Amino acid sequence: MANQIKKTVTDPLIDNNPITLQVLGVCSALAVTTNMMAAFIMSIALTTVCAFASAAISSIRNHIPASIRIIVQMTIIASLVIIVDQLLKAYAYEASKQLSVFVGLIITNCIVLGRAEAFAMKNPPVMSFFDGIGNGLGYSLILLSVAFFRELLGTGKLFGHQIVAVASEGGWYIPNGLMLLPPSAFFVIGLLIWAIRSWKKEQIESPDYQIHQVHRTEVL
Amino acid sequence: MEHYLSLFVRAVFIENLALSFFLGMCTFLAVSKKIETALGLGIAVILVQAITVPANNLIYQYLLKDGALAWAGFPEVDLSFLGLISYIGVIAAMVQILEMAMDKYTPALYNALGIFLPLITVNCAILGGTLFMVERDYNLAESAVYGIGSGFGWALAITAIAGIREKLKYSDVPDGLQGLGITFITAGLMALGFMAFSGIQI
Repeated sequence: MANQIKKTVTDPLIDNNPITLQVLGVCSALAVTTNMMAAFIMSIALTTVCAFASAAISSIRNHIPASIRIIVQMTIIASLVIIVDQLLKAYAYEASKQLSVFVGLIITNCIVLGRAEAFAMKNPPVMSFFDGIGNGLGYSLILLSVAFFRELLGTGKLFGHQIVAVASEGGWYIPNGLMLLPPSAFFVIGLLIWAIRSWKKEQIESPDYQIHQVHRTEVL
Repeated sequence: MEHYLSLFVRAVFIENLALSFFLGMCTFLAVSKKIETALGLGIAVILVQAITVPANNLIYQYLLKDGALAWAGFPEVDLSFLGLISYIGVIAAMVQILEMAMDKYTPALYNALGIFLPLITVNCAILGGTLFMVERDYNLAESAVYGIGSGFGWALAITAIAGIREKLKYSDVPDGLQGLGITFITAGLMALGFMAFSGIQI
């Protein structure tokens, strides 16, 4: 049992990562990664919602009629997001003001519904809870690494603290403005996927079309 | 008339949901391998947008907005905090109906879209369109035009990237970038291209 839980939690970190392998939850990965603080709070919020939504949906999975399951799932997720939103407003008002739109966007984050649909509908509540935590952590890992590069290269800061001295304040580093624009998030995630797949060879997708190897002697 | 036309053009090109606001990215990246599937999904999104944005507009104008319940005798009631859950309810219901209709009438398309049809519900482009409509306070006619326009823009973007990817499969991509990786890079380049529209004022 403990082994199984450990596997469910660690599997989505690299081996079955929701963003780089399952292609879920990409929108917010592009939107909230301009600084580490926003990415960090977003990660906590999403992991919480994902874990509790999976557990709640899983515990009533045998009573949900198949044809209206999406509405039931969405209602549960939306209620949890409203709770998280209210909690943030009550205890971390500054952070909630900074994140206002993105917290609402957790409802439309496909990781939560994707896991509910693919895992929680078929598995008991405890496992679903840990599956939610695992996938939330996998998402957080990618979010924080992308935010690390974008904030460091874009402003020379991390969590709002100056790390490298920028040129405008007499330092040597000229901030790269492109890193703060959304297209750079695509490039950073693309390169991250390249790095992960160079390490974990089994994740490499097989090409749709095999390019014929022409040997030099054939041409001659 | 001119007003609606310029709203439509803005929604399709300048404020393209996929490439300027980066909404609906999950489906955008995952279902863009073949032009036919991408086009099918694009049409589904146009349909859902064209129905849900005006429907949510009615709900917002007559039920949720501050003072909207004046017609029922409650002028001081403000239900806007219920916005998110009502909009997502309408969207989920519409998608479920569309799913059942497609299962019955176009089973080939239904099977091709697989898990991504229910995921239209969590397609941020749909909820995003509704939230923009609320934020900009469109009336019913404007929201209908905006719904169709933004859906059309999204369909255009996903069909374009599907076209690029169909040609891209003949190119010699490094092993680790194969598939998803190169798609991210391509989408990034497309996004850079679409940033050029952002300066246009109509």
